Amino acid sequence: MLKAANLTHAYAPGAPVLRGISLTLEAGTILYLLGRNGCGKTTLMNCLSGILRPDEGTITFNDKDIHAYTPTERAQRIGMIPQIHTPAFAYTVREMVLMGRAPHLALFGSPRAVDYEIADQALASVGLTSYRDRPYTQLSGGERQLVLIARGLAQQCTVLLMDEPDAHLDLNNQQRVMEIVAHLAEQGLSFVVSSHVPNNALVYAHQVLLMKAGRALALGDPSQVLTEALLSAAYDMDAEIVYAMDGETMVPRAIVPRNGRR
Amino acid sequence: MRVLRLRGLRRSAASTRFPWRDVGYYGLLALPFVLIAVSLTLGLYGISIENVLRALLSPVFPQLADGVSSTELTLVLRIRLPRILSAALIGATLASTGVAFQGIFKNPLVDSNLLGVTSGAGFGAALALLLGGTALLVQGFAFGFGLLAVSLAYAGSRLYSTAPMIVLTLMGILIGSFFASLTSLMKYVADPLNTLPAITFWLLGGLTGVTWNSIPMLALFAVAGSIFFWLVRWRLNILSLGDAEATTLGMNPNRLKLVVIVCATLMTAAAVAVGGVIGWIGLVIPHAGRMLVGPDHKRLVPASLALGASFLLLIDNISRTLLPAEVPLGILTGLVGVPLLVVLLRRSRTGW
Repeated sequence: MLKAANLTHAYAPGAPVLRGISLTLEAGTILYLLGRNGCGKTTLMNCLSGILRPDEGTITFNDKDIHAYTPTERAQRIGMIPQIHTPAFAYTVREMVLMGRAPHLALFGSPRAVDYEIADQALASVGLTSYRDRPYTQLSGGERQLVLIARGLAQQCTVLLMDEPDAHLDLNNQQRVMEIVAHLAEQGLSFVVSSHVPNNALVYAHQVLLMKAGRALALGDPSQVLTEALLSAAYDMDAEIVYAMDGETMVPRAIVPRNGRR
Repeated sequence: MRVLRLRGLRRSAASTRFPWRDVGYYGLLALPFVLIAVSLTLGLYGISIENVLRALLSPVFPQLADGVSSTELTLVLRIRLPRILSAALIGATLASTGVAFQGIFKNPLVDSNLLGVTSGAGFGAALALLLGGTALLVQGFAFGFGLLAVSLAYAGSRLYSTAPMIVLTLMGILIGSFFASLTSLMKYVADPLNTLPAITFWLLGGLTGVTWNSIPMLALFAVAGSIFFWLVRWRLNILSLGDAEATTLGMNPNRLKLVVIVCATLMTAAAVAVGGVIGWIGLVIPHAGRMLVGPDHKRLVPASLALGASFLLLIDNISRTLLPAEVPLGILTGLVGVPLLVVLLRRSRTGW
């Protein structure tokens, strides 16, 4: 569905931020991007969303270059769920979700009854129906993230790019957000999730792209990518994986620094 | 069971509640038209509403002019009507361009003078007055220099291309202060007995000398611009989220922002050229609008058009009827507007 091949990009000549990244996103899967600050995750996300054109390489959606679509057509297929933020104006939750309808409306158009219906359904599927008329600016971080997910749903695209959905959220809200994402993936949506919480990748990722200095260190099944050797290399530290018994089998449960203080 | 039924009742009662918000909104949109009619009857020379209506319709139905004195006809059609129309158009222009600028610059503390249009227009008018120009020359110079200021700011921002909006804002502030200095120079060299008071009075804003000659250009830009803002009003919500989000929502934010800036600049230059520098409206009426109808531009743009028109009509009525000598509008907007806004602020429940 969404394919990137040999993406290379540099903001300044001679200092590439992406060096030959390739990936394939299948329907109904969650792809995690992991790596240190400055490894190129955000640049890669901006390329995938069409905000940025890579210097080299191609990104295709259903075998058609994403820049061959008009911006509106692209936004009907690939959506971005930004990090939680505070907009300049105190829009209500419903007004915020309605903005996801933008690529489905004419430039001079305003939302119609059907758009309000879609927005309300999107709000219901993240469990925030009762928040509909509250100002977005007065919600907690977890609730804001859910509203932004609802906006992505109202956009009705097949691929959603999530920029650090677990940033600034407590443990409970990280789980609440990611359970909803996992549930939506089961229904066929695809997600690219950039994150600084590898533990969430252990639980929710179908595929992991581990990046280092603009390169793909490893790409594949979490069991093959989330290893002590690869994580240690990616994060420039000694990483240890803690296992726990799940019935009869040992499963990886947490990634921690090996020599951390107690 | 009892609890469940109670809940059901409450919910249905809430959903069929009388839509006071909608009534208030549409009432607000009708307000300027009511105020225009009322304003025509007001003045040192009292005219009944019947005769005002007769006079208004007399160009189309000449027989209606019977019983209306020629003084009343002249007052209504040649003096009050152009002045009242220009007050409504200028108020609506300043308020709606303020909303548009606050939206696209994601900043509720700016108005359409952000890029220097008013400062440029002020200099143009001062220069024309210094040259002893006619009212029409003053209007033309103000309009031209207003556009020149924003064009210079835009050209300057092209010199540095990676953060266009921030550099554009900075250039606007620089060019604005440059023209403000030039205006001070004009005042410094002006004859203190007649030219200097004329410049000072113009810079404080006023509609005393407005005739039909000033109306066509003002009306053209005000009406065309307002229609454009009305059409793109919901898109202003998206632009206010920032470029990255607007792009992933399928828009070309820079193209629409440029059109909004060009449109708002033409409107503001035309308004300032007729009415002089009338501060406060562009900055504060958008906030009053948000307190009344919320921040959604779908309703905020129409509400601001209506509020701006009504507010400047009210101010101009006070200026020309209540006070023994005409007080410049730029002074009255703040004196009357601040108490009004404080009352609104106490009653409103916006998100911040």
